[in-house]
Amino acid sequence: MLSADRLEWIEGWGEVLGGAGYVFRPSILEGIRVALREAGAGGVSVALRGTGCSYGDAALRAENIILDLSRMDRILSWDGETGIIDVEPGVTLRRLWRFVLGDGWWPPVVTGTMETSVGGCLGMNVHGKNNWARGTFGEHCLEFDLMTADGELRTVSRNDDPETFNAVIGSFGLLGVITRARLQMKKITSGLVEAKAVSAGDLETLLRLTDEAKDQWEYVVGWIDAFPRGRKLGRGLLHFARHLEPGEDAEPAQTLRAEAQDLPEDVFMMPKSAIWRLIKPFTNRLGMKWINRLKYLSGATLGEGAIYRQTFAEFSFLLDYVPNWKRIYRPGGLIQHQSFVPVDQAEAVFRRQLEACQKARLPSFLGVVKRHRPDDFLMGHGLDGFSLALDFPVIAGREGRLWQLVRTMAEDVVGAGGGF
Amino acid sequence: MKKTWQTAVVVGASSGIGAALVKRLVAQGCRVAAVARRHDELESLAVWARKAGGGGEVFPYVADVREAQSVLELFETITGDLGGLDLMIYAAGVMLPVQFEEYDTAKDLEMLQTNLSGAVAWLNPAAQRFARLKRGTIVGIGSVAGDRGRSGSPVYNTSKAGLHTYLEALRNRVARYGVKVVTIKPGFVDTAMTKDLPGLFWLISADRAAEIILAKARKGAVTAYVPARWGLVMLIIRSIPSFIFRRLKV
Repeated sequence: MLSADRLEWIEGWGEVLGGAGYVFRPSILEGIRVALREAGAGGVSVALRGTGCSYGDAALRAENIILDLSRMDRILSWDGETGIIDVEPGVTLRRLWRFVLGDGWWPPVVTGTMETSVGGCLGMNVHGKNNWARGTFGEHCLEFDLMTADGELRTVSRNDDPETFNAVIGSFGLLGVITRARLQMKKITSGLVEAKAVSAGDLETLLRLTDEAKDQWEYVVGWIDAFPRGRKLGRGLLHFARHLEPGEDAEPAQTLRAEAQDLPEDVFMMPKSAIWRLIKPFTNRLGMKWINRLKYLSGATLGEGAIYRQTFAEFSFLLDYVPNWKRIYRPGGLIQHQSFVPVDQAEAVFRRQLEACQKARLPSFLGVVKRHRPDDFLMGHGLDGFSLALDFPVIAGREGRLWQLVRTMAEDVVGAGGGF
Repeated sequence: MKKTWQTAVVVGASSGIGAALVKRLVAQGCRVAAVARRHDELESLAVWARKAGGGGEVFPYVADVREAQSVLELFETITGDLGGLDLMIYAAGVMLPVQFEEYDTAKDLEMLQTNLSGAVAWLNPAAQRFARLKRGTIVGIGSVAGDRGRSGSPVYNTSKAGLHTYLEALRNRVARYGVKVVTIKPGFVDTAMTKDLPGLFWLISADRAAEIILAKARKGAVTAYVPARWGLVMLIIRSIPSFIFRRLKV
């Protein structure tokens, strides 16, 4: 019997799903072995957890062991010449980029928040806004140490054992615990990107512009206003960005300082920690309809075609601008439905998704489009197509409708040859 | 997020209020561990749940609440099987017939074991778990009989009074963690326990009692008489001075 002392309430990032788990937080390899041994003895399974940034239940397993690796957060080695770094799985992307930036390097793939962990990024094989150009996070991993359920430790490298390598990355930790990862960073000559914003009046235009931009810009991301119907359905704003070439940044030593990348402390002259409280009263259908509308209209007029420079952090980590923004969805929390659909089916499927949301009177409060490419991973989401991520609030009394909507959308995606 | 109960344990689930509670919870889509001594009744409940649909499920566990030493392990097994625990209900109770001048210690101890010691054995681990997780609801089925010591059933009264006090103390322990402890005091409910008892009035069905109990628990009531009018009756009865009460044939 597992010790009840270890019981903790653990939630997914979206605060919709939670459960009690027996939490182990090792700081050394032997601690992981202890957890695996206890799981075997107790006949329970083990769920791996990093910083808990997965929206749903990926890092949850109620009444079983939760192996929280956030304390294994050491940088083991760093070569500033080659950009190769060895880290433990609990190292966050925040720690990673702040560490390598000063030597002129940057993680080639980052999530929309810098709070994710390297272990989590490998377990979920995450992508960034540059999925077409750079692939997934796992494509920049050279090798890792894997502890299997029997406590044995083995090194798996991309070159020597590609089959195991491609099976483990993106497998949610089902095949073992990654205890060390060797990653290749990307060389940069400036801490800035050049970005461009354009608007798209409908879904077809938005997907077409996304597709056209994918070979010209490293980073391509589209935001969708999920509220309008008819001709304006799927309208949105696109943001493209590229790294600066050598010589374009007059003061690279300045912009490559970690401090120069810090996100602004204030947003609209308010401390950013208070912003979510300001937004919360508008977190309903009417409020979000207007916020989305104003965002689109301002982007399509004032911001149309604007070319500007931003720090990497400002462009990459949009989800970190407003700390604790998920609290606007309390008490019900939020879910995200992100589907990946082949190029030729994407417009039709996404159109049906947006229409289904509207018909169910459950419009998504935030929609994001990205372009993707296939990869070699066994359990990947990679395909030659687009993804649409839709955020939904979970509201008491409407859960049944929401689950039905999500089920309908998921079946449509699978029917179109897509995935998740 | 605040949700409806997804998982529950009902101890004393084979008949009466306990069985009615199981059925109502299952109908609401809850996974319910039904704990009782009688295997056949539990199986019937499980079969009923499978036919009833509604998304809920009954997990039957045969156990005798008088065997306190085996509770902890079974409790852990149940939470594992259910995949969690949101609601813990102790509904086990016996009222053995006692003659006016009967002093049968074995009978009396059996009532104490089932009505009080069993509750302590089952609700202690639940309270500890809920306090640790800072969530959860505990419901104890007491009785209006616990409000006064009546000459006709001294130990049944004592067991229920003890249960009320234990629940109050438990509440005072865990309220700071957001855990609800609800004391239920039913009046006359149409169950095997009240069958053939003379002088019953305001008799309600076990299903109606279960409906009220769950509504009160959902609201996080502290103490609830079932139905509510018993609250007024018991206020009056509690106000009767002892020198008068001892002369009453109740």
